[in-house]
Amino acid sequence: MSIVQIKDLDLYYGDFHALRNVSMNINEKSITAFIGPSGCGKSTLLRTLNRMNDMIDSVKISGAVSINDTNIYNPTVNVELLRKEIGMVFQQPNPFPKSIFENVAYGPKIHGIRNKKQLDEIVETSLRGAALWDEVKDDLKKSAYGLSGGQQQRLCIARALAINPKILLMDEPTSALDPISTLKIEELIQELKGDYTIIIVTHNMQQAARVSDQTAFFLNGEVIEFSDTSKLFSNPNEKKTEDYITGRFG
Amino acid sequence: MLANRQQFDADLQKLRQVLIEMGDLVKKAILDSVNSLKDSNVELAKKVIDADKEINVFEERVDDIGSRLIATQQPVATDLRRILIAFKMAGDLERMADLAVDIAKVTVRNGNQPFIKPLVDIPRMAEVVQQMTKDSITAYIEENVDLSYKMAKMDDEVDELHSEILRELFVMMAKEPKNVNQVLNLCFVSRYLERMADHATNIGESVVYLVKGTRPDLN
Repeated sequence: MSIVQIKDLDLYYGDFHALRNVSMNINEKSITAFIGPSGCGKSTLLRTLNRMNDMIDSVKISGAVSINDTNIYNPTVNVELLRKEIGMVFQQPNPFPKSIFENVAYGPKIHGIRNKKQLDEIVETSLRGAALWDEVKDDLKKSAYGLSGGQQQRLCIARALAINPKILLMDEPTSALDPISTLKIEELIQELKGDYTIIIVTHNMQQAARVSDQTAFFLNGEVIEFSDTSKLFSNPNEKKTEDYITGRFG
Repeated sequence: MLANRQQFDADLQKLRQVLIEMGDLVKKAILDSVNSLKDSNVELAKKVIDADKEINVFEERVDDIGSRLIATQQPVATDLRRILIAFKMAGDLERMADLAVDIAKVTVRNGNQPFIKPLVDIPRMAEVVQQMTKDSITAYIEENVDLSYKMAKMDDEVDELHSEILRELFVMMAKEPKNVNQVLNLCFVSRYLERMADHATNIGESVVYLVKGTRPDLN
């Protein structure tokens, strides 16, 4: 069943046509990878899903993006509530300059949860969900900045999980990490699939091939091919896809 | 468009070259083994047996190049299939060369004994098998799917000839039990040729898999 429906989406940054007539459905509790060369529109599409492009003045959008059957570009949509449904993890781990505990509790607190016991529970569940609990459970009061890059990224995932989203957007979540931390995050992504819909932008094609169920290949703002990952990486339908994934251009 | 991955492409080209050279050696081994039998040429048979070591080395080279490319280049799609079929094809070619050795050994065992009957069907079968071998390697070189299918059709003819030869030899065995040794050897030769044709068909399947990404059943 699809949780995200994108229909005839066009996006301009001023005169630049960044997304061209994009249509796709993303299945619930699946992992979808967006791949393509720099500037192809993959991150733009990811940011369209939680309306992060709203902050850029020159953006013009047409078409529809529905999440849980609600068009998120409908003027009546509450963007804060939308973003509660959709967590995001970025390329560089970006913890707040606070304790590990406060980093995770921050979201639930601004959404009105004050009860200490409840917050403790959320922090523990989220850190466990991000496969970080065992490493930090005795150091919750310590600064998040003391963690390694890979731990910080898992903390950011825990922070995203703390508000209990339906969808997790990940924009190159391992590109700043060492290989072992990368594998940990990849395993975590696989585990999270049971409870969340995950959309990941990655420049690492082996990562897309390893972790995702479906892959979309973007070029010049268009979706060239969107299919099962095993099919796309073994026998793609489009010559452009084949040329890109085999490293012949891009 | 930028020409990326030049080293990788050069290595894939090398892999292909090794297979083509191996194919040439196997074609020669089959031709020589069949000729050695027809002409009772024990010298030629021994050459076929000796040449097999070299062919085995080719299979190892294919394994080495292919596994190194998988480890270092993370090939996908057609690139990956190109390497996977190289492994399979080298295995098929190596087995075909072993079967040529088996035929050559029959020549050696038979020595100068005259055949109980003139060899007619076995050379005919050998001709078809040689054509299949040649076509399968050409199909690989040209990445020619049509030729793969055409070649695989010839396997039916080989199977029919094989059954015919066995029937005939069994009758001879029943009539003249003292010929049992030679008759059995000729049965084996027919069987070896029939197996060679199956390996040629496998190569045809590999070519189709390389080009189309689907696995046909040509056998």
